[in-house]
Amino acid sequence: MNTLTHKVPRAQRIVNKKGTEHAWTAGRTIGQIVLTLVALSIAIPTIWIIIASFKDKGEFYGSPWTLPEGVHWQNYVDAFTDAHLGLYFGTSVIVTTLSMILVLVIALPCAYVLARFSFPGKRLLQLAIQAGLFINVNYIIVPIFLMLVDADKWLLQFFDAGFFIDNIFVLSLVYAATSLPFTVFLLQDYFATIPKAYEEAAMIDGASQTTIMVRIFFPMAMPAISMSMLFNFLCYWNDYIISMTLMTGDNRTVQVGLLNLMQTQKAATNYGRLYAGMVIVMIPVLIFYAIVQKKLLEASNMGGVK
Amino acid sequence: MATMHTDHGGATHPSGHVYAYTRTHKTDLERKRARFGFFCALPTGLLILIFILIPTFNIFRMSVYKWSGYSDDQIFVGFENFRKLFDDMNFVHAFQNTVLLLVVVTSVTLPLAVIFAAILMQNRIIGGSLIRFILYIPSVLSIVIVAAIFSAIYDQNNGLINGSLQFLHLEGLRQVWLGNQKIVIYAIAFSMLWQSVGYYMVMYMASMAGIDPSLYEASQIDGASKTRQLFSLTIPLMWQNIRTTLTFFIISSVNLSFVLVTALTNGGPDNASQVLLGYMYQQAYTNSSYGYGMAIGVVIFLYSFIMSLVVSRATKRDVVEF
Repeated sequence: MNTLTHKVPRAQRIVNKKGTEHAWTAGRTIGQIVLTLVALSIAIPTIWIIIASFKDKGEFYGSPWTLPEGVHWQNYVDAFTDAHLGLYFGTSVIVTTLSMILVLVIALPCAYVLARFSFPGKRLLQLAIQAGLFINVNYIIVPIFLMLVDADKWLLQFFDAGFFIDNIFVLSLVYAATSLPFTVFLLQDYFATIPKAYEEAAMIDGASQTTIMVRIFFPMAMPAISMSMLFNFLCYWNDYIISMTLMTGDNRTVQVGLLNLMQTQKAATNYGRLYAGMVIVMIPVLIFYAIVQKKLLEASNMGGVK
Repeated sequence: MATMHTDHGGATHPSGHVYAYTRTHKTDLERKRARFGFFCALPTGLLILIFILIPTFNIFRMSVYKWSGYSDDQIFVGFENFRKLFDDMNFVHAFQNTVLLLVVVTSVTLPLAVIFAAILMQNRIIGGSLIRFILYIPSVLSIVIVAAIFSAIYDQNNGLINGSLQFLHLEGLRQVWLGNQKIVIYAIAFSMLWQSVGYYMVMYMASMAGIDPSLYEASQIDGASKTRQLFSLTIPLMWQNIRTTLTFFIISSVNLSFVLVTALTNGGPDNASQVLLGYMYQQAYTNSSYGYGMAIGVVIFLYSFIMSLVVSRATKRDVVEF
């Protein structure tokens, strides 16, 4: 699929050279103008936010198109410290990293054995994964929350404190668990394409099952791993609903923190701080996107499974 | 169970034939492999059961109880919660808004995404890959960021739209975009269009790239125009892909709208922009009526499922191949 995506447009261009498309026909001109305008409608608000994040409080009155008089870094300092976005940023980094490690450690062996082994309950698990692909996590987060509350109530009979609610490790586990169907599905497909000869050769050498899996198959699945991790990263970092529900205390992820900042700043009309906060949350994702864009755009039709 | 995998063993086993010297040896290995497979898959199975299947079951179970959250009193009320839903004007309104968003957003976004993809694929567009890069940006940003951007665009006094209109001395066109009951849902719909058009465009581009270029060449010789090519060649050939994306439109009209509405209007003004998922959360958390909230959850489940089924049936065509 990926090779197709890349080769065909090139072939088409050769075809186009023969035709009239090389000239500025009316259709091509309109197309160019429309697409440029659409791209601007997305780029301008995004860039505007970045520029406006340097404005002083007083500069927000009047025309929105004036440039800031100076670089007002104070907005960033405020967003980072007063609005605790620095702290929330740290929480998000930990939660995202932990979830990605968890989902890999759990999904990889499962995808491998699903593609290669027969074992009791395999059919059932495949059905569960199929069902999981169709169940949207946002629909079921309330019962998950209530289940964790119940678990805490039960714990409180024996200990002084609950464990499950407002715990970044449990949040990571929920992230990992709810993205398992998609991740296993993607990886399993890839493992199925690896020729059997690799396994047979290693078995004749006397390597154990675990060694074969970890040393031979996991490294070979790198393309599928990086692709699924790309989507999982965006999914964990950008999540609002799950973390809003499960993190009931002061320890928040960056998206929940930003939404709170948005609601308080709207009332206080302190836009500079809000825009600075948005830039803080937006920039890592934009840099990440710029680096992996080729891979991400290629893979976007696979990510659609989610 | 034991017989099941010996049956499968010889025929489907990836590497079984290497060790197929004696029968006893094979079953031994089979057993070992089955055990290994089972334990590798167990954590995934358990986690899916605990965090996906049981909660899904619980939505349906809890919807027939009257239960106010943290107290343990769960009273069985049968379908009472569902009966109440039909008299609840806020629910009916949230349902209408969700359907309206699905219809409006899909009927604008889908054709636009197809057209943009076709333009990019069939013409030499200056800066084509940069345009594709920019159009996909909203898909990597979180919905909270998208909401915050639109909050800046729609802001009543200093927003990009109203501020610019004032700057251009067109004060008459100024609107309270998010405070007007008639406009607010379309303002939300527009932000959903802005967020998703690039995502679908990139998907359609990938599927258009899979079409054999010689078909375009042939139709060009036959004198087909670009528009004709789009309708008689491109769209029929990527029909399966378009059908798949219709399911995404259904799910995202439920999901995206919730965070956008929560962040931009909180369901207001006067519940004019409330959507199904938002109303479920409001009932479950603010109101602590978990049973009632879960009845809404069941409706959301059935709605997405039935909608997907209906759309998939209605758009079923024979797969076109040339």
